[in-house]
Amino acid sequence: MIEIDKICKRYGETVVVDNVSLAIPRGGVIGIVGPNGAGKSTLLSLTSRLIKPTSGAIRVDGLDVSKAPNRDLARRLSVMRQENHVAARLTVGDLVAFGRFPHNRGRPTREDAERVKAAIDFVGMETMADRFLDQLSGGQRQRAFVAMALAQDADYALFDEPLNNLDIHHAVSMMRLFRRMGDQPGKTVIVVLHDLNVAAAYADRVVVMQAGRVVSDGRPTEVITRTLLSDVFRVEGDVMEIDGRRVVNVAP
Amino acid sequence: MTASPRPFLLGVMLIATIFLAVASLVIGGGYAWSDVLTMEGDGALVLAASRVPRTLALLLSGAGLAVSGILMQMIARNRFVEPSTAGTVESASLGILLTLLLMPGAPVIVRMLVAALVALAGSAVFLVLLGRLPLGSTLMVPLVGIMLGGIFDAMTSFLAYRFDLLQSLGAFGSGDFSIVLRGRYEFLWIIAGLVAIAYATAARFTSLGMGEAVATGVGLNYRRLVVFGLIIVSVVTAAVVVTVGAVPFVGLIVPNVVSLFLGDDLRRSLPVVATGGAVLVLASDVVGRLVIAPYEIPVGTIMGVVGSLGFLTFIFWRRSHAA
Repeated sequence: MIEIDKICKRYGETVVVDNVSLAIPRGGVIGIVGPNGAGKSTLLSLTSRLIKPTSGAIRVDGLDVSKAPNRDLARRLSVMRQENHVAARLTVGDLVAFGRFPHNRGRPTREDAERVKAAIDFVGMETMADRFLDQLSGGQRQRAFVAMALAQDADYALFDEPLNNLDIHHAVSMMRLFRRMGDQPGKTVIVVLHDLNVAAAYADRVVVMQAGRVVSDGRPTEVITRTLLSDVFRVEGDVMEIDGRRVVNVAP
Repeated sequence: MTASPRPFLLGVMLIATIFLAVASLVIGGGYAWSDVLTMEGDGALVLAASRVPRTLALLLSGAGLAVSGILMQMIARNRFVEPSTAGTVESASLGILLTLLLMPGAPVIVRMLVAALVALAGSAVFLVLLGRLPLGSTLMVPLVGIMLGGIFDAMTSFLAYRFDLLQSLGAFGSGDFSIVLRGRYEFLWIIAGLVAIAYATAARFTSLGMGEAVATGVGLNYRRLVVFGLIIVSVVTAAVVVTVGAVPFVGLIVPNVVSLFLGDDLRRSLPVVATGGAVLVLASDVVGRLVIAPYEIPVGTIMGVVGSLGFLTFIFWRRSHAA
């Protein structure tokens, strides 16, 4: 369980995350949506201890992320950020192998090698394992980072807009991958999305953020409504139901 | 995921190291190589007191400087950074001058430690400056480092001028292994230990090059690791500068060439980087001893020429091969 307890993040006068409290039990796929600048990425960075909150606390399975040892957290929580500027010249295999670091502390075993290979196969990059990251397209790099998170095999996997740069084929296979991850016992996938239709199709629970606050939280069928479109995303559109799923259709 | 070129490259480097080490033992003025090898006449003395220490000093300095280079590149996340383009060498020199001024009689170990501390502070200033620099051209980073080095240099020169120490300043200005004698280079062995430590923790240093977010994400303490890396770099740099003077560019050329073949996973590349550094410095020294024999051109000068050419080639190559 991830417990986010009255968390605030301020930069000077600007409040980016405003008193957010959220409980995320184990299991399933949680989509975080919201307009640009709503504080989604910041919330993810706070949860993954990359930035420190101004006030409030976050606990992962009871461990306070600002106090618990980094190595303990790394086995419970993985994070893939939007921007991954890697100065080191690494192959896909090198990168994904780093996902095993929390488990092997830099001394890989046979089991690690197998898991790395499985993760690379999972994202469909088996032919690119020896390619350097700087020889890949943005989308391929993105998939390599997802494979790294897979190899890390944490109970909670956080992804910040993982569908950026991906064509529809890879976007769909990645969401299916997250769905399979979230269906495994004890595994939780938390993913920042900006396409409401994707959230509606793959997430068990949708958390909507606006101006640093959580304004709506629940099953996709409860959350994705016409009022959400007009109040939060400021567009007029229809919300239809196709095959029991919410589908947003915004007038051109 | 071990790439196949590694054993081959490492093998080539080791053979080159042995070959050059033997060359370094037998080449030189004064005594015929046959005298040195058969230990006739003063041959044994020359070998034990001068040639062996010199060769070991070259090996250790080369390996240490190349490893320092790749560590700096991971820490600063920039391909063009090494101790001589990050203010580290210049601040180490400033440290040495300060010991000459404030504790003239201090033993070499004290001089080295002070130089290492000042080098650590100087490199930290460089990293703080980088943090405030807008992210733009990657070439800005070494430029800032070179400018910072220039400032340290100016401080050193000014102090030396004011206190009549310009003479001693020349001694550690440009790397010169002809001054290496038994009893005067042994501090360089500290480098062997530091390189071993860097290799044992290679995976952690690779993570520095992947950025703070990734390093933290896999459970590492990024800041502590940066400081740890800077300590290694500063002590290696200080040991080299105190013993033989500055040898520029080794840390730039070797890691970049190795990276082209092996990438930057330091678990894989560090042994090749270390031996590559030893090969480059040994070769430069042997060349320096042959060109104007029986006189010598210091390694620092040779590396300055070879290195700046290599540096330029590398910049243009990167430009035309940019992904």
